[in-house]
Amino acid sequence: MSFLDELGQYLGSANNREQIVDTLAEHCYLALLPLVLGIVLAIAIGWLGRAWPRARGVILVLANLVYTIPSLALFVVIPSLIGTKMLDSINVVVALTLYTAALLVRPVLDALDAVPPAVIASATAMGYRPARRFLTVELPLAVPVLAAGVRVASVSNISLVSVGALIGVGGLGVLFTDGFQREYFSPIVVGIVLTLLLALVVDLLLVLLRRLLTPWDRTPAPVKTEVAA
Amino acid sequence: MGIEFRGVTKKYPDGTVAVDDLNLTIEDGTITVFVGPSGCGKTTSLRMINRMVEPTSGTILLDGADVRDSDAALLRRGIGYVIQHAGLFPHRTVLSNVATVPLLSGWDKRKARERAAELLETVGLPAELGKRYPAQLSGGQQQRVGVARALAADSPVLLMDEPFSAVDPVVREGLQDELLRLQSQLGKTIVFVTHDIDEAVRLGDKVAVLRVGGRLAQYGTPADVLRHPVDDFVAGFVGKDRGYRGLSFLSAGDVLVEDVPTVRVGGAPGESADWRLAVNDEGEPRGWLPPSSTVDGELSESDLVAGGSLYQQGTPIRGALDAALSSPASLGVVVDADGKAIGVVTARQVLDVIENHPQGVTR
Ligand SMILES: Nc1ncnc2c1ncn2[C@@H]1O[C@H](COP(=O)(O)OP(=O)(O)OP(=O)(O)O)[C@@H](O)[C@H]1O
Ligand SMILES: [Mg+2]
Repeated sequence: MSFLDELGQYLGSANNREQIVDTLAEHCYLALLPLVLGIVLAIAIGWLGRAWPRARGVILVLANLVYTIPSLALFVVIPSLIGTKMLDSINVVVALTLYTAALLVRPVLDALDAVPPAVIASATAMGYRPARRFLTVELPLAVPVLAAGVRVASVSNISLVSVGALIGVGGLGVLFTDGFQREYFSPIVVGIVLTLLLALVVDLLLVLLRRLLTPWDRTPAPVKTEVAA
Repeated sequence: MGIEFRGVTKKYPDGTVAVDDLNLTIEDGTITVFVGPSGCGKTTSLRMINRMVEPTSGTILLDGADVRDSDAALLRRGIGYVIQHAGLFPHRTVLSNVATVPLLSGWDKRKARERAAELLETVGLPAELGKRYPAQLSGGQQQRVGVARALAADSPVLLMDEPFSAVDPVVREGLQDELLRLQSQLGKTIVFVTHDIDEAVRLGDKVAVLRVGGRLAQYGTPADVLRHPVDDFVAGFVGKDRGYRGLSFLSAGDVLVEDVPTVRVGGAPGESADWRLAVNDEGEPRGWLPPSSTVDGELSESDLVAGGSLYQQGTPIRGALDAALSSPASLGVVVDADGKAIGVVTARQVLDVIENHPQGVTR
């Protein structure tokens, strides 16, 4: 039987198709919810790092450390840390949130540092209080630098979700473990293709979102010379 | 609203004394300029007024009340502030930038935008610019938006920190004129920071010269500071040509404006042994026709020698001297407020007025 026949047969089964759709949906959820939570967490940590410059060094070292913990180890350790069941999808969400935050702490700090001090000073002079200034002036201006980091984090999350299959919660990764156990190629190939497609689509959406959030960043270079004001 | 510094000192945590025992009263409705070399504490002094910097000791009174008794954010919403390089919000349109303070103060959106549009007009910007982002404006336009944004608070006090330093001299002069025009309508209490003595003299009702270390060196009218610098530091700072700068304060009301033969561009000039001033149909000077020049038929602008600078009647005498010295005919062209030529002055006449002035050059 050729591979294409095998693939046809695999996709022909309504059961299999249902499993594919379910795992895809789960994959989206397991990758994107932590992405959002991780961004929020990283921004909160970034705010701390700006407000309290002495903590910056420690924050960055901790972030690096968290990101070096192997994902499988983290998936396994988390239930004992937060008291969830081993097969709970929360474990994956928590672990990936930590990774996302760890990955984004530096870009967040870099992005906030890149906001021109004159703009922050003028916001203060206009009468912004610190929290509102952070949310409505500093953060929107940090988006262009931050967006690059978020794209990396989204790809990283989408690929890491599959590892969760080894503890039974893994979105499309379940297709890999299934395929391996049954020595059956089709689910593996479908899993790989869908993971790639998902990463591409999410990346595209993130690019669009960034454009939507930063209409001001698409302007031509400032006019340098002029005859009269 | 007057502002009073009482024994104000600012020492930064690293030990730098930025302002040292500053005592100064800024009068209501005037422009007071803080001027001095880089690092002398101008920005620090300014920022202590709206509490962006807190003094180490001493008190600042705004309209008689200690600024420390007000909530910092609310205090700032009530004080216009123009920052160097405009400091506009790059992510907001020009209109939203100008509407910042009204929106912070809880105005409804429509009213805030209407007010912002009004202010764009006040500072001489076309309404279409309101939709643009700051990066799409020239430097001079950005400065104007910065001024409009500061005016939006409609506060009696305006703090300006080197607002025009980032634009070229021609644009800067235009912005200065505009500020003086606005001030004549608005009558705010303006504290203006610059390190350019010419700008200080041009704009200030009073000038405070600061020296490095944050000490007040001299405080007085510009004419005073130019004519009677209290010490070598101030003398050196106002510069060698302070005598000439002082001419800015002498009115030329006594200079006799003489008639001059004119010819009309487009008319038949005939011949003459004298320099003749060419004017257009509106009576505005276009240039000079040299003595005994022959013109076939109608006089066109290409027959003319370019004129010198023009002197507008009623403005400081420095301009009259400039006009006379820069004219090819050695005759400074005097124009009225509409730009119509009304006569000429010679350098000799201007110098006579200066020399015969009872106190030399004063305001
Ligand atoms: N946050 C700060 N921490 C420590 N020192 C400071 C701080 N801000 C200003 N200074 C120092 O205080 C002095 C006065 O600074 P300030 O900014 O008021 O000067 P300035 O007259 O506005 O100078 P410039 O013309 O360069 O803007 C300088 O020596 C400066 O280095
Ligand atoms: Mg300064």
